[in-house]
Amino acid sequence: MEEAANVSKEVQLCAATYSVIHEKFGDAISAFDQNPTMPFFEVLDTALWTDIALFMRDHPKLKFNYMACLSGVDYPEEEKLGIVCNLESIGVYPHRIAVKVRCARQGGSIPSVACVWHTANWHEREAYDMLGIQFDGHPDLRRILCPDDWEGWPLRKDYRVQESYHGIKVPY
Amino acid sequence: MGLLDAGFSRDNVLVAPVDAVLNWARLSSLWPMGFGLACCAIEMMATNASNYDLERFGIFPRSSPRQSDLMIVAGTVTMKMAERVVRLYEQMPEPRYVLSMGSCSNCGGPYWEHGYHVLKGVDRVIPVDVFVPGCPPRPEALIGGLMKIQELIRMEQIGMSREEALRKLAENAVEPRPLIEQERSAAGA
Ligand code: SF4
Repeated sequence: MEEAANVSKEVQLCAATYSVIHEKFGDAISAFDQNPTMPFFEVLDTALWTDIALFMRDHPKLKFNYMACLSGVDYPEEEKLGIVCNLESIGVYPHRIAVKVRCARQGGSIPSVACVWHTANWHEREAYDMLGIQFDGHPDLRRILCPDDWEGWPLRKDYRVQESYHGIKVPY
Repeated sequence: MGLLDAGFSRDNVLVAPVDAVLNWARLSSLWPMGFGLACCAIEMMATNASNYDLERFGIFPRSSPRQSDLMIVAGTVTMKMAERVVRLYEQMPEPRYVLSMGSCSNCGGPYWEHGYHVLKGVDRVIPVDVFVPGCPPRPEALIGGLMKIQELIRMEQIGMSREEALRKLAENAVEPRPLIEQERSAAGA
C-alpha cells in the first residue's frame, strides 16, 4: 500500500486496466511499467497484438475506444523496430495507457490494428514510410509522406540519404 | 531613366525607344503566380496585403501559371514539390522571371543537413533571377527583391539574352548603404 501512495491516481487507474489485460493474456504481455508520464506495458507475443487491441477496445472495463497516437521507434542496438500506441477511453473512463510492440529489424512484421482503430491506418503508413516497419493485414500499406519511389527509411538511425532523385541531386 | 522622365514634346507626342516602352509596360504589371510553399508564403501574403500593398507596383497574384510573368518561390521546396515547380515553370509564358524567397528555396535553409526530403536550392531545378535571403525575409526585403526584378527588366533590350541583362544589372549595382545614410541624416535633420 505504501507503494500505491507514491504513484498518482492516474497511474493507479492505469494499473487496474493492466491487471484486466494481464488476467486474460498472461505471459503474452510484459510487466506493468509505472512510468509517471505515461504508464505502459509491452506486448511480448507480437502475433497476439491484434487480439489484445480488440480486447482492450471492447472489454466493458477497458473501452479503449480512441487511439491518440501510434509512433514508430528504431532500436538499432537490439536489432529491433517498434511502435508505441497511446490509447485512451473517450467519454467512458478517464484511464490512458501506452502499449509497445516490437519486431525484428530485418524481415520482422507487426500485425496491423487498422481494423481496430481506423486512426491506425494512416499512422501505420507513416511508421512504414519513416522506418520501414511492415504491418501485416494493413489494407493499404503505401508510403504516405515521401514520394512512392523514395529509397530507404529516413528515420532509421543508420539512414543515408540517396544521391539523386529523378536526376535531382539530393545532398547539400 | 524612367520612361516618364523623358519629356513630352509639343502635341503630346512622346518619343521613346520601343524597348523602353515595352520594358516599362512589363515591369509595371508584374504578375506573380499565386502559390506559397511554407512559412515564407505567410510573409509573401502579408506583402500582398494592404499594409505593404504590392498593387502600387502593379504586382497582383494570378491563379494560373499561364497568366503569370513571375514565380515567387516562397518557402520550402520538397523533392515531391520540386517536380511540380518545374512543371509550373514550364507552363509560364516567356519572358518569365523567378524570385527565390527565403533560405529554404535559396539553399535548403534549416533543412540543409538533415532534411532528406528538401531540395537544397530551387536553382537546382529552374533558373533563378533574384534571391532574397532571410528566414523569412521581411516584406521590405521581398519588395527589394521585386524591385530588383523590375531593374532587371529595365536592363533588357530587344534581342538581348537574359544572361547579358543579368550581367548588365550586376555591373550597374547600386550600393544602398550611402543612400540609406543620406535618407537617415535627411530625416534626422
Ligand atoms: S526560409 Fe525560414 S521562413 Fe522561409 S520557408 Fe524556410 S523555414 Fe520557413
